[in-house]
Amino acid sequence: MAASCKSLYRCCQQSVCHLVARKLSSSRSVSPPPLHRRILLFLTQRFYDLEMLLSWRGQLRRKGIMRKNAYYDFTQRLYGSDIAAAFYILSLKGGFRFVGQSDWFRADQRGKFNWDFLNHKDTPLEEVDMSYTVINYRGLDNLEGQQSLRTLALRGCPEVDDWFLARLHVFEDSLEELDISHCPRITTGGLAALRNLKGLRRLDLSSLPGISSPGLVVILLEEMLPQCQIIATGYDYSIKQHGGEEEVQR
Amino acid sequence: MSAWRRLHVKVRRAHGLFTSRRVTEQYTWMYGPSTLGQNLSTGKPLRNDFFKAQLAAMRKKAADALPGSSWSPFDINPNLPPERADIVIIGGGVMGWSIAYWLKQKERVREGVKVIVVERDLTYSQASTVLSAGGIRQQFSLPENIHLSLASADFMRNINEHLGVLNEDPVDLQFNQSGYLFLASEEVAHIMEENYSTQRQVGAKVTLLSPTQLKEKFPWINTDGVALASYGLENEGWFDPWSLLNAFRRKAMSMGVIQCCGEVTGAVACSVVHDGITACVEQVQMPKGLEYQMVECAIVVNAAGAFSGKLAEMLGISSNPKDTIAGTPVPVEPRKRYIYVVHCPDGPGLDTPFLIDYSGMYFRREGLGGNYITGASPKEADEPDTSNLEVDHQFFEDSVWPRLAYRVPAFEKLKVTSAWAGFYDYNTFDQNGIIGDHPVINNMYFATGFSGHGLQQSPAAGRAVAELILDGNFKTLDMRGLGFRRIMAQEPILERNIL
Repeated sequence: MAASCKSLYRCCQQSVCHLVARKLSSSRSVSPPPLHRRILLFLTQRFYDLEMLLSWRGQLRRKGIMRKNAYYDFTQRLYGSDIAAAFYILSLKGGFRFVGQSDWFRADQRGKFNWDFLNHKDTPLEEVDMSYTVINYRGLDNLEGQQSLRTLALRGCPEVDDWFLARLHVFEDSLEELDISHCPRITTGGLAALRNLKGLRRLDLSSLPGISSPGLVVILLEEMLPQCQIIATGYDYSIKQHGGEEEVQR
Repeated sequence: MSAWRRLHVKVRRAHGLFTSRRVTEQYTWMYGPSTLGQNLSTGKPLRNDFFKAQLAAMRKKAADALPGSSWSPFDINPNLPPERADIVIIGGGVMGWSIAYWLKQKERVREGVKVIVVERDLTYSQASTVLSAGGIRQQFSLPENIHLSLASADFMRNINEHLGVLNEDPVDLQFNQSGYLFLASEEVAHIMEENYSTQRQVGAKVTLLSPTQLKEKFPWINTDGVALASYGLENEGWFDPWSLLNAFRRKAMSMGVIQCCGEVTGAVACSVVHDGITACVEQVQMPKGLEYQMVECAIVVNAAGAFSGKLAEMLGISSNPKDTIAGTPVPVEPRKRYIYVVHCPDGPGLDTPFLIDYSGMYFRREGLGGNYITGASPKEADEPDTSNLEVDHQFFEDSVWPRLAYRVPAFEKLKVTSAWAGFYDYNTFDQNGIIGDHPVINNMYFATGFSGHGLQQSPAAGRAVAELILDGNFKTLDMRGLGFRRIMAQEPILERNIL
């Protein structure tokens, strides 16, 4: 009985992984889902318990991300906002560089990092690399006070969306380089929010799956931010014409 | 006996679910994959289908004849609402569905409240929700309005957490994160400064711009006559109202809210206490024909938008003498507003905000192809006729285009590609929403009269009404200032930023 329950739960976990992944990517596939997912859907529509279990799993995942991005109030009160921001970045397995220093502080794969950053009190951060972390809108509470932030790398972050980009206006004076490539949740509406970053010099928009017409968006962004160099690789810029194909590749 | 029959039927259906694939697989193996869709022979398989259909019909007839089936000789309309409900929400726009969602969200037991949403036109052809420009802003002068908009923006930021349904596509509001830009002339600049300090205090992210800063940021604006500008940095923009409505509706229906297509044509007061009456039974008329259903209910919510005043009148509120408390009419009436879609290839680019001029003209970008949506508020004296939704193109030529071309010189060369008209649920008293219960009718609640900013405040207003109904008091946001009391006491709270 317990073994069958466990196997059912494991089956649910895997199926929900697939369900969540399918939801994130565009669900325009025409082929019917595989048998185990159909069984799960069939049972979910008939049993409240299964529906509740699956929704709990989604809620737990979201709560976990919220907890990781919570405001480091205690650290901020004891050590100051710069150390709190540094600690937050290292806890999320990112990396940063202080103003005036040349070496980066990073956390390794298992989350272990060097505690030497505590020696540099009240030094603001200049470059932050949060690629492939779960930083989200709430996590920016910890980074909001950084007025000297010049580089922000958010490559491949699954929780960075349009509202996050809108909140980046707090760095409008200092931010010069922004890398938001491979973030699945960013759409054109969020890119309009980058209008406030007038000091931006380098913007990386490669391989954003949420943008529908990348060529046009890049042209409009270049008009909006005239001093910014925009890098947008990984798109298929081919123009399909009626009765023939003409490829224009960057 | 009936339980056995039902079980038997279920087993047969389940069996069919799992065997259908096997049958088709067998067929493909015998005849090859290419002939699965097309059956060229006209011999035995067609006759088999005919007999199968006959057999199924005979089986259904036999099942209906046995006791315990729901067959009756009189054809009852299946679209009638149930005879009893706890809460009836009149009006299926974004406000009505938002209230329905929050009621179901806050009930503490499964199926704790039975909620019905009555909407008379499921195509939403005259509903204000889908005809709106879809903007959301925090630049109001009243703190309650700012709170409502901020809470709604928070809701929309986490919309999939709130309105995500298991196994369905995630909600995509197509939110454009450009802000609102209000322009003020010399006379009203001081009002804008006061509003700015109120907005900052409440927590909205707004900034003030001088004419030189404005010209630097948006070189395509003509800054003649502009003394001050107020620009929203965050939580402001526009989105697709139909997606929000459908998201609320889908989630509420998945939680058990019953949707009914019909019109409420009357109510029966079932008890008259010494200082109040209780409307208990609603008469819901079906859209085609004379059928109606009397729905007994405990609570009625008036979310009928532009038609709330008429609905309240019909439900007998103002049948009492005019100067009594019971006779105060609900001061909401429809006002027609036009929106024109224009195409201008040389217009402003991706960073176009939702610009609102002090003359009442507004425009915003639509899509990426050089299209813009524009309109203006008419003066009090020239309010258009509200009997239909016909568009007056002369209004564009006379009132909108001159102001548009003056403010943005690039718009001197443009072409109107399309236009539509929609109703504001205009609160003639003070142009702010009415959220709360009626002081005389014990069980009637209002969420109407928002005069053009109902869509952007709908998530938070729905939550406020649900709290009032289920908890008895406002819990998260205090909306007592927007209650019905101010109308009876004749104390208007004017909003100084309405367009």
